[in-house]
Amino acid sequence: MDPPPLPDETKLLEGLRSGDADAFEALVRSHGGRMLSVAKRMLRNEDDAQDAVQDAFLAAFRAIDRFEGGSRLGTWLHRIVVNAALMKLRSRRRRPEEPLDELLPRFLEDGHMERPAQPWGQPADRALESQELRRLVLDGIAGLPETYRTILLLRDVEDLDTDEAARALEISPGAVKTRLHRARLALREILDPHLRTPRG
Amino acid sequence: MSRKTGVITCREFVDFLMAYLDGELPSGQRTTFEGHLDECPPCKTYLDTYRETVALGRGVCAREDADVPEDVPEALVLAILAAREA
Repeated sequence: MDPPPLPDETKLLEGLRSGDADAFEALVRSHGGRMLSVAKRMLRNEDDAQDAVQDAFLAAFRAIDRFEGGSRLGTWLHRIVVNAALMKLRSRRRRPEEPLDELLPRFLEDGHMERPAQPWGQPADRALESQELRRLVLDGIAGLPETYRTILLLRDVEDLDTDEAARALEISPGAVKTRLHRARLALREILDPHLRTPRG
Repeated sequence: MSRKTGVITCREFVDFLMAYLDGELPSGQRTTFEGHLDECPPCKTYLDTYRETVALGRGVCAREDADVPEDVPEALVLAILAAREA
């Protein structure tokens, strides 16, 4: 369970519920940047991301009376902006699916890996300390075709379960699983040349 | 060098990897999968690095969310506040 709201958050909530214009502005300024970053990660387009953040704040303003304080405001707003970004993705004109095959692992005719896997040099928790590696991972995710990127973000980052992701994307749970696996395989292939331990 | 073990190849191992990690393989398939895992070091390494990939994606995005956020463009702040008044 999340900790109770900090005192300043309680005060901010009071202002929002009483319609205080300064409180709305404070909310936008304090949480807007983080929400914009989440929206950009999902949408890869500045204008769409800004639209999603605006939609999210307007939805939050309308629902503020129903916010019960069981979670932190930031957590609540995060979920709202993820939903707003999903709505934006759905409203985009359907584009032809970009192929993923070139990013997937390759196998020989007999089923062996073309390039047998080698261990990676450092565990994920230590790798996270490297700014270069963090950039590599973010760029790798950004480089996935939209369908795969969205599923990877919803399932592995936003922690939606398979059924929630299927409903959000209006596809079957089976399709979510298949695409998530392919997205992870592709991301692994992107990271592998940078992380594999050189042969000794 | 990987080799064909039991009744699955390395390609099939990779195909079933997520179902295995999610505990969704029926027991017979699970036994076959684990037989391959025991005998094929590259596939064991592949499984480890697949897990690392998931952990890195999750960890890097969480770190990005926790870091000091970028400024909100002033025009966006004004647009949101104006839309609320409308």
